[in-house]
Amino acid sequence: MALDESVRQAVLSAVPSLRAFAISLCGNVDRADDLVQETLLRALANINSFQPGTNMSAWLFTILRNHFRSEYRKRRREVEDGDGSYAESLKSHPEQHGRVEFAEFRAALAKLPSDQREALILVGASGFSYEEAANICGCAVGTIKSRVNRARTRLAEIMSIDSVDDFGPDRTTRAVLAGNDR
Amino acid sequence: MDVAAPPKRTAKLGRDIQAKLGQQLRAMYDDVVNQGVPDRFAELLTRLDEHGEKEPK
Repeated sequence: MALDESVRQAVLSAVPSLRAFAISLCGNVDRADDLVQETLLRALANINSFQPGTNMSAWLFTILRNHFRSEYRKRRREVEDGDGSYAESLKSHPEQHGRVEFAEFRAALAKLPSDQREALILVGASGFSYEEAANICGCAVGTIKSRVNRARTRLAEIMSIDSVDDFGPDRTTRAVLAGNDR
Repeated sequence: MDVAAPPKRTAKLGRDIQAKLGQQLRAMYDDVVNQGVPDRFAELLTRLDEHGEKEPK
C-alpha cells in the first residue's frame, strides 16, 4: 500500500513513544524494538481499519499492547516476575535495559503486575487520559483508575520510600554497586 | 470507583512521594522518547511504502 504522507508522518511521530512504552512493558530494548517493528507491520497491513481523524497514537498503542499481551501469555515466565529474579537482572545488567540511572526504577516497575504496570505507564508517562487508557486496554475507566492507584501504592512500597530524600542518585548508585557485588 | 482506598498509608505516601515517583517514571520514559526514531523504523516505513507504490492503488 502506498502510504499517505500524513499517515506516514503520524506513524513515525508515534514511534519514540511506542518504544518507550514497549521498553517499559518488557524491560528489554532489543525485544521492545522488535515489538515496535511488529506493531508497525500489523498497523500498516490494517491501515484501512484506522479511522482518519481519530488518535493514531492510541490506535498504535492498542496494537502494540495487544500484541505484547498475546506474546506475554506465550512467554509468561520471561516477564512474570514472582520471585524478583528478572528485576534483579535489571539491576545487575542495566546496560541491556536502558540507562543505568533508571535501573532501580525499572526493577521496581518490573515487579508490578502487568495490568497495573501498563495502566501506570499509559496514564503517568505516555500522557493518555484515563478514558484513552481504558480504550487501549479494553477495560472500564474505573478499572484503569484503580490499577493506577494500586500501581502507585505498590511502587512506593517496593522502593521503600520513607521520605522524599530517599530518592536520588545516592540511592541509585548504591543499588547499582550492590548489583555489581552479586 | 472507590477502590477500597488504602486508607492511611496512601495519605502517608503523600503528594511529595507521588510527585517524585511520577517524575522518575516520566524521566525514564522521556529518556527513550528523546532518542527519536531509530533508522530501522524510518527505513521500514520507506520500504513498505516503496513496495506499495509499485502496485496500482
